[in-house]
Amino acid sequence: MSTCHSCPAASATAATHRVVAVIGPPNCGKTTLFNRLTGLRQKVANFPGVTVEQHTGIVRLSDGREVGLIDLPGLYSLHPRSEDEKIAADVLLGRRRDTPRPDGILLILDSTNLGRHLMLAAPILSLGIPTLVVLNMADDLRERGGSLDLASLSAQLGAPVALVSARRGEGLEQIFKFFGETRPTPRPLELPVLSDIPRCRQWAGRVGDRSSYHPPAPPVWTRRLDSVFLHPVAGPIIFGLVVIAVFQSIFTAATPLMDGTRDLIALSGAWVGSLLPDSILRSLLVEGVWGGVGQVLVFLPQILLLFLFIGILEDSGYLARAALIADRTMARFGLQGKSFIPLLSAYACAVPAILSTRTIENKRDRIATILIAPFMTCSARLPVYTLIIAAFLPERPVLGGFLGTRATAMLGLYLLGFLTAIATARVLKSSILRSTRTQFVLEMPSYRWPTLQSLGLRLLDRSKVFVRRAGTVILTVAIVLWILAHLPVHDGKAPPIEQSVVGVLGHTMEPVIRPLGFNWKIGIGLITSLAAREVIVGTLGTIYGMEPQSQALDLERALQKDLTFGGAVALLVFFAFALQCFSTIAVVRRETGGWKWPAAQFAYMITLAYLGAFAANRLLS
Amino acid sequence: MLQLSVNKRGLPKSTLIDLRRGEGGILEDLDLPEEDARRLMEMGFLPGSRIIAALSAPGGDPRVFRVDGSEVALRRETAARLKIRCDSSLREADLSL
Repeated sequence: MSTCHSCPAASATAATHRVVAVIGPPNCGKTTLFNRLTGLRQKVANFPGVTVEQHTGIVRLSDGREVGLIDLPGLYSLHPRSEDEKIAADVLLGRRRDTPRPDGILLILDSTNLGRHLMLAAPILSLGIPTLVVLNMADDLRERGGSLDLASLSAQLGAPVALVSARRGEGLEQIFKFFGETRPTPRPLELPVLSDIPRCRQWAGRVGDRSSYHPPAPPVWTRRLDSVFLHPVAGPIIFGLVVIAVFQSIFTAATPLMDGTRDLIALSGAWVGSLLPDSILRSLLVEGVWGGVGQVLVFLPQILLLFLFIGILEDSGYLARAALIADRTMARFGLQGKSFIPLLSAYACAVPAILSTRTIENKRDRIATILIAPFMTCSARLPVYTLIIAAFLPERPVLGGFLGTRATAMLGLYLLGFLTAIATARVLKSSILRSTRTQFVLEMPSYRWPTLQSLGLRLLDRSKVFVRRAGTVILTVAIVLWILAHLPVHDGKAPPIEQSVVGVLGHTMEPVIRPLGFNWKIGIGLITSLAAREVIVGTLGTIYGMEPQSQALDLERALQKDLTFGGAVALLVFFAFALQCFSTIAVVRRETGGWKWPAAQFAYMITLAYLGAFAANRLLS
Repeated sequence: MLQLSVNKRGLPKSTLIDLRRGEGGILEDLDLPEEDARRLMEMGFLPGSRIIAALSAPGGDPRVFRVDGSEVALRRETAARLKIRCDSSLREADLSL
């Protein structure tokens, strides 16, 4: 991690004049502002050596100069308690060698709750770095009848103050002005003893009073919405409906998009094939790359749709209510509401989910959450599930047409993963990870309309991750598989696939997987999908593409010839349970500090997968 | 759970869990380990601050409390460690607002 290529902060700063840190308490709209200022010129990485995400970006000023921005984790104080707060404090104090000490700070505070948010101003201003105090949510403040005297606040803090609305893009010119000018080191302020929270709060209140701060009226809409979303009866029903609606639309809305992508990939594959003479290269490109990687890319629209829904739920503020509703259920399994958010994001991908468990202060709760997160149905399972369900389950309306059979099957698989996760949690928390019930403290943010920009950037980010994976892991596996499927060469010709290295390997392992209802081709898919689950789709695409009898069929029909119904269900169950993902294993190792937990987790999940698939095949065949 | 001991000012003393929806109290003491207490104090649960009980998750636990301009959800066992002075003047007439 010493080169500039892998360290975005360093590369962002090498070319720019200044580095400005963006800091603020949780729910102050920091990310929205960061997105607004940097747009597409941003990068996400981890701080070297730790799991705290590091967002960096570049702002271009009107005179052509560039300013590097570092978005630090949201925090309530600089009291170094969690890893997040320690990193933020270290960056601000210039104690991290990988990140230069910022020469400016944007302190983002929620103008609708200034009394409490100003508490963070004391430790930040005492750092002696030129700071612009940005009071965000100006639109909210105005609409709810709050006001304050900016000049007076600025005089008392000894720092410039800007009132902005990041959501609407109001007042940003003041931030650009701050970026453009060189400011002297601020004069020392009379500040309270920072470790004394009541004193800090009193100081913040006094500063607010002297700036004639009138707090706004309570957020009417948030309270109205809460009286519905947290209603004892309606609340849980809405919660359930939201979950069902998300799954249903992943299926129905994504279908035309996926069909379009599939056609596009097939057309481009045929076009590439027609350009090249019949050669090894053409075979590699058409069977290996298009057949392998292309089959996986088809699922991008579906995955993006899932991330879009999770993004809307998170940015609107509903996710915090969902965590609240889920807390009691989670507590019954020895977990807490805070485990709910990582578990929900594990529906998208276990890797960010495992990273986000660091908000759980209790170490045992955290490890339990990490261990069960890969049971949640991640987006890499979607391609496998979709393919098998579409091949073996005809679409019919159920529940009066509200839900289709395929969406119901999908929902069932999601439920299977979830129930296994909580059952595992229950066992872990009542044995090796037993602990006393822990605190659950969660701030309820006001409801807000998610901004198109933030949602768009999220989706762009996910697309990049997905395409990068397709271009690296999946492409490598596809090419290696294609090569092994063409060896050994006899008389300059590849052998029939049954006699190739892949075929021999598959036949060797067949006795082990035969009880699950799988043949050697599925077996090869299981091996390649150890790298990443969705690889099996590409692998089967390549193998079937090379077999003369299945060449003309699409993947679904080729599968129907190869699997019984019992075997298909067994394959679904296997994928629901097994930990087939290098990235997850690597991140668990890093987060738990050794091979002990990931090894145990892998062994447990693969055993469960084998037994579950065996049972499914036995019962249904 | 209601503690009927009486403090110096002669008002009944209790904890946050004794508040019903819409009722308020003045926080007196956080009977929690230092780190936990600090976290809550940073979120506004300071001795002397006014706290109003708001909505809760189905089943009444955890419950949302209004404190210092924000809403924070606490589990029952945490709320039971926050001692308050009941104050009938701190009653919010219309909770939907």
